[in-house]
Amino acid sequence: MMGRLLDGVSKRVLIGLFTVFAALIIAPLFANDYLLTILILILYFAYTGQAWNIMMGFAGQLSLGHAIYVGLGAYTTAALYVHFGIGPWIGMAAAVAVAVVCGAIIGFLAFRFGVGGVYFAILTIAFAEFFRIGFDHFKWVGGSAGFFLPVANYASNDLWNLRGNPAMFYYVLLAMTSGAFILCHILLRSRMGYFWQAIREDEQAARALGIDTFRYKMYAVVISAGMTSISGVLFAFYYNNLFPEQIFHISRSIELILAPIIGGVGTLFGPIIGAFLLTGLAEALHEAMNALGFDAPGAKQVFYGICLLFVVMVLPDGVWPPLKKALRLNPHESDRGKS
Amino acid sequence: MTTLLTVDRVAKNFTGLRAIENVSFSLDAGEIFAVIGPNGAGKTTLFNMIAGVFAPDAGTIAYCGQRIDGLRPDQVCRRGIGRTFQIVRPFPALTVEDNVMVGALLRRSDMAAARRRAHEILSQIDLLDKRGLRASALTLPDRKRLEVARALATDPKLLLLDEVMAGLRPTETDRMVEILRQLNQSTGVTILLIEHVMRAVMALAQRVLVLHHGAVIAEGAPGEIVRDPAVIQSYLGVEAAG
Repeated sequence: MMGRLLDGVSKRVLIGLFTVFAALIIAPLFANDYLLTILILILYFAYTGQAWNIMMGFAGQLSLGHAIYVGLGAYTTAALYVHFGIGPWIGMAAAVAVAVVCGAIIGFLAFRFGVGGVYFAILTIAFAEFFRIGFDHFKWVGGSAGFFLPVANYASNDLWNLRGNPAMFYYVLLAMTSGAFILCHILLRSRMGYFWQAIREDEQAARALGIDTFRYKMYAVVISAGMTSISGVLFAFYYNNLFPEQIFHISRSIELILAPIIGGVGTLFGPIIGAFLLTGLAEALHEAMNALGFDAPGAKQVFYGICLLFVVMVLPDGVWPPLKKALRLNPHESDRGKS
Repeated sequence: MTTLLTVDRVAKNFTGLRAIENVSFSLDAGEIFAVIGPNGAGKTTLFNMIAGVFAPDAGTIAYCGQRIDGLRPDQVCRRGIGRTFQIVRPFPALTVEDNVMVGALLRRSDMAAARRRAHEILSQIDLLDKRGLRASALTLPDRKRLEVARALATDPKLLLLDEVMAGLRPTETDRMVEILRQLNQSTGVTILLIEHVMRAVMALAQRVLVLHHGAVIAEGAPGEIVRDPAVIQSYLGVEAAG
């Protein structure tokens, strides 16, 4: 199994991965609270971006409503915890189930009736809006006034109930992000991964090669939705408060797709690199402006926008593909050497 | 000879335009069969009905004794009919090898076996040394070849080729003819081709069907077809004069 997992992965990539992973493991020992908070944010975006990337990057289905799955995951686990005392790990199973059903319904409606491309994207936005407004009136989980998890000052970390200090959340997220990375690596090189890429590249040609495109698009939505809902669980237990206007808002959906877009849509490293760059950039800008004593409202957002524009214009495929070339990590070259 | 495909009195209209009318023919297993005719004769419509893109308005299409009209394209392919597109549709961001892998994975779940099959086909079709290139980097003749390779990777019993010679130079055409003939001989794959390039039709096809305004005007061996007055009048003559 292990040998198969590493099959075709070059030594340079492995050494690089190991170094980064080791650095991330020991990071909390050296990071102060502020830096740790930023690292948590980075891992959150890397994980969620990876999950979104399955749908868009692998299977070519643009979802602009992924906040649905984050929100459903967060509300499902939080409600089970607050109302029934069910712990987050069991709640997580319920959250995944709810997100999977929701993803399946959206996918079925879209793909059964041939809604594709931008129209599919609009449908996902519409559903996210539907949930935002719906949860505003859903009194059982607080409605628009918000839903709050009890915050207690725990002396020790309680991993079973996800109550504890930021370092614990950091390690949980690091495990999730690593797991998602490995899962995506396996998926992309599986039969299903090939079929997804064929659908992404040319759906009609994929169908002519015998691929049941409806079925494989459904798999993509369902897997992506299920994975995304898990980041909602972490969101709920880390922030301890949920507002429909925040969690289901379209800006959330946009925010979580930026990392894979900047990093490189359809690549495994893209979401991770993108998350580091974007979050790092936002914080660096924040710091730089504070240092310069320049605090005009909105200035940070303007600079952030200019930086994004620059990356998209100069690197239309994202940061990772050219970086990969520069680091000479191209898998096809090593493949050619072998055969 | 057993009959592989039977097209029986099929018809297709596009909002009042009669594209195909009462067309019947059948293919024997192992033969190479060409459909020719002027532009707009309904060749591609006929082709798309066999491949499952459209369902016929009337008539039936049977493959290996079972009706396939009305099935979806992916279902038709899984039954054993591979197709190419007149305007090539490679998966541009994937390598040549991965393009063929997609086809090979239809009947194989083992990745290594699919890769071996892809290599086998790529070498048959002279693309093995380009397997690491992205499909978007290929020239038109290579893309046409990739189109055939990908369809072959699905292990079809019947291969539908939609103008795979169009846009090729004479030497490239001859090479494609050679490849197809070898495939037919070594694997026994039945080939139905739509073609304008008469040089290829004459060299490859054992039987030819001529369509004009959606109807069959002649059917027979290539040698007979080119002497048929109706065919000369409606197609060959027109082409020679034009």
